[in-house]
Amino acid sequence: MSRFQVVSGKGGTGKTTVAAALALALATEGKRTLLVEVEGRQGIAQLFETEALPYEERKIAVASGGGEVYALAIDAERALLDYLQMFYKLGSAGRALKKIGAIDFATTIAPGVRDVLLTGKACEAVRRRDRQGRFTYDYVVMDAPPTGRITRFLNVNDEVAGLAKIGPIHNQAQAVMRVLKSPETAVHLVTLLEEMPVQETADGITELKGAELPVGKVIVNMVRPHLLDEAAVRAAAGDRRKEVAKTLAAAGLSAPTKLVGPLLEQAAEHAQRVELEREQRGVLAKLGLPTYELPLIGEGMDLAGLYRLAAELRSLGKAFS
Amino acid sequence: MTLHPAAAPLAIDPLLDDPATRIIVCCGSGGVGKTTTAAALGVRAAERGRKAVVLTIDPARRLAQSMGIDSLNNTPRQVKGVEGPGELHAMMLDMKRTFDEIVEAHADKDRARAILENPFYQSLSAGFAGTQEYMAMEKLGQLRARDEWDLIIVDTPPSRSALDFLDAPKRLGSFLDGKFIRLLMAPAKMGGRAGMKFLNVGMSMMTGTLGKLLGGQFLRDVQTFVTAMDTMFGGFRTRADATYRLLQAPGTAFLVVAAPERDALREAAYFVERLAAEEMPLAGLVLNRVHGSGAARLSAERARAAAENLEDGRIVDQEAGKAVERGGAAPDGSSPEASGTYEATEAAAAAESPEDHASPDPAAPASNPTFAQASDARSVTTVEQLTAGLLHLHAERMQVLARERRTRDRFTALHPEVAVAEVAALPGDVHDLAGLRAVGDRLADGRATT
Ligand SMILES: Nc1ncnc2c1ncn2[C@@H]1O[C@H](COP(=O)(O)OP(=O)(O)OP(=O)(O)O)[C@@H](O)[C@H]1O
Ligand SMILES: Nc1ncnc2c1ncn2[C@@H]1O[C@H](COP(=O)(O)OP(=O)(O)O)[C@@H](O)[C@H]1O
Ligand SMILES: [Mg+2]
Ligand SMILES: [Mg+2]
Repeated sequence: MSRFQVVSGKGGTGKTTVAAALALALATEGKRTLLVEVEGRQGIAQLFETEALPYEERKIAVASGGGEVYALAIDAERALLDYLQMFYKLGSAGRALKKIGAIDFATTIAPGVRDVLLTGKACEAVRRRDRQGRFTYDYVVMDAPPTGRITRFLNVNDEVAGLAKIGPIHNQAQAVMRVLKSPETAVHLVTLLEEMPVQETADGITELKGAELPVGKVIVNMVRPHLLDEAAVRAAAGDRRKEVAKTLAAAGLSAPTKLVGPLLEQAAEHAQRVELEREQRGVLAKLGLPTYELPLIGEGMDLAGLYRLAAELRSLGKAFS
Repeated sequence: MTLHPAAAPLAIDPLLDDPATRIIVCCGSGGVGKTTTAAALGVRAAERGRKAVVLTIDPARRLAQSMGIDSLNNTPRQVKGVEGPGELHAMMLDMKRTFDEIVEAHADKDRARAILENPFYQSLSAGFAGTQEYMAMEKLGQLRARDEWDLIIVDTPPSRSALDFLDAPKRLGSFLDGKFIRLLMAPAKMGGRAGMKFLNVGMSMMTGTLGKLLGGQFLRDVQTFVTAMDTMFGGFRTRADATYRLLQAPGTAFLVVAAPERDALREAAYFVERLAAEEMPLAGLVLNRVHGSGAARLSAERARAAAENLEDGRIVDQEAGKAVERGGAAPDGSSPEASGTYEATEAAAAAESPEDHASPDPAAPASNPTFAQASDARSVTTVEQLTAGLLHLHAERMQVLARERRTRDRFTALHPEVAVAEVAALPGDVHDLAGLRAVGDRLADGRATT
């Protein structure tokens, strides 16, 4: 059972949307999930149509059946200040460090420090327990950086190795790695049925596996329905043109002969798209991972669409929990 | 379908043909077709007689292969297969290599090696947000300085915001010039170890704290990095500023690329406003992947109603024994959208028992019936079914069209001064010269009408 679900994928494929839908889907029957974002973009707030999230866990949605979704926008600078506070009781010196730009420096270019802080905070939430010893969150879902950066982002141990061989940051990195490499974690990749995202997915899986990080599922997003197949289009384009025109007329449409050409052209384009998608599905199938599809929300994404995606994912509930 | 009357058409060929046009920058948010547009413009410019170079960033693999630039070697190569009087050269940006080259060019050998090996430099050159944008600008400056091409077309990095291209280099510059780095540098300047003594107490406590937190090596590495980079900081800013000015110069034209979607056009609007504020010359908006229809006079509603008429008759047909041929699709007369992919997804869920995820055998087809069914759209046999399918397809297309038009009109209402060229969505990817020419033709034509 993976309690920590990391959602990556090529830019724009729907990481934020899928992560949010997954957090909603996992929050069934009184379960509580935490949705975290790490890139300081306030993508969650935008999606849920709420004001910007502070660095604080906050309830943002109630799922059907009474589950709750909390959200947190992790901020690396704040996380670093928290650590300094925890280990060194810095008090106001922390603010001074921030003022001279030392915090910015450390979280910006000290290799891996930022990532350790971000993943560290998420892992802390995964492991946190309440007074009765139960997990505070049943699941933690992360809207993670894109495929091109995900392995480096998660492989914090290697990253900080060049920097810190001892000290709290090093220990932190090791603790994070223990969670990330365990079956508690699953890294899912979101893709579209297009060449570039599918290619990136394949490359990403190779990298993740190379770093011994647990790859979860492939989620194909924005899948459009197939209305006609190629055989039908061929038939229509060939000997059945006239028949189609007649049928159009029978259905009550005027000037049917003028419609046939454009309609068939659209059908041919559709068939070509179906064919390309079939190819990409073939590539995905070879990756040997469980693959799930989410429909394109034709009207554009809003809260209703998000809940619809969550319902789709919930029907896959067993596969994800 | 014609353009919204408020939008002036964008004339691409005059722009490409004008010898005064020296740089074209293709900007926009991720995935909208910047790289494709840049490459298509390059091919078209060359085939119309220009000696052009395209600086691509992160092109699709097959596109790069077809242009012969799939290996990163950071210098332009001539593209074979371009016809006509001109020449096309192309390259793919190698961000790290470009950064390393700056270091090598500006520091003596020992110092350069010290920098290249330093973990801070490595993190800066490989991962700092904005390094790619900075290096794209740097490379543009280099290409311009070589003066071998009369037209340079630049693609921009796949960032979420088009504005990153303008902002990131300055962000990197001001980071390198930041307070903390200067504080660290001050003692270093006074001469290594001795200089450390001059660190004021508060400062040393703070860096000490960071040192403790991050490990012992930390301060030493920072110090090496800062000392070694010292001579270069000024250089970075000067160069970034010079390239920035190049972007404002006459002879530079910006093309904002967007898909006819809400987010992409919102980004495009921000970018247009920003260019105006920076006095950077905007040539126009390329609206890419627009859908058209040759049967636009038939509305979605009418098409759907007609299809449903036909489908009512279809049920009879099936009962006459044809349902078997339809390969298991629901013979219940449900609408075509309702069957297919999504049900397959649910079937996938059902097929996976609770224990499955403990020992997944993902390759097993049983856990993944999605493919088998989803790729196998129903084979339609009767002419009524076929025609109904065509009409449903049309209805879907008309809905897409309407949505795209609304989004576009919102943009043109906001920015009627921006010239627009529409490029039709081609049914497949664009991955070879023929595809690039097709995009180029549509760019020049400016209307997405099919
Ligand atoms: N299933 C869907 N149907 C329709 N639209 C969708 C769907 N999934 C995502 N979208 C839309 O696609 C766009 C990109 O989605 P999203 O922001 O989630 O992607 P992302 O991978 O997080 O992007 P980035 O790389 O910029 O973080 C958004 O406008 C979103 O509303
Ligand atoms: N007009 C078009 N019709 C069909 N496919 C297109 C079109 N423009 C771009 N594409 C495809 O879309 C994908 C993304 O395009 P790309 O140019 O790499 O985007 P960007 O550089 O903005 O990230 C590529 O696979 C490309 O082939
Ligand atoms: Mg996102
Ligand atoms: Mg690109």
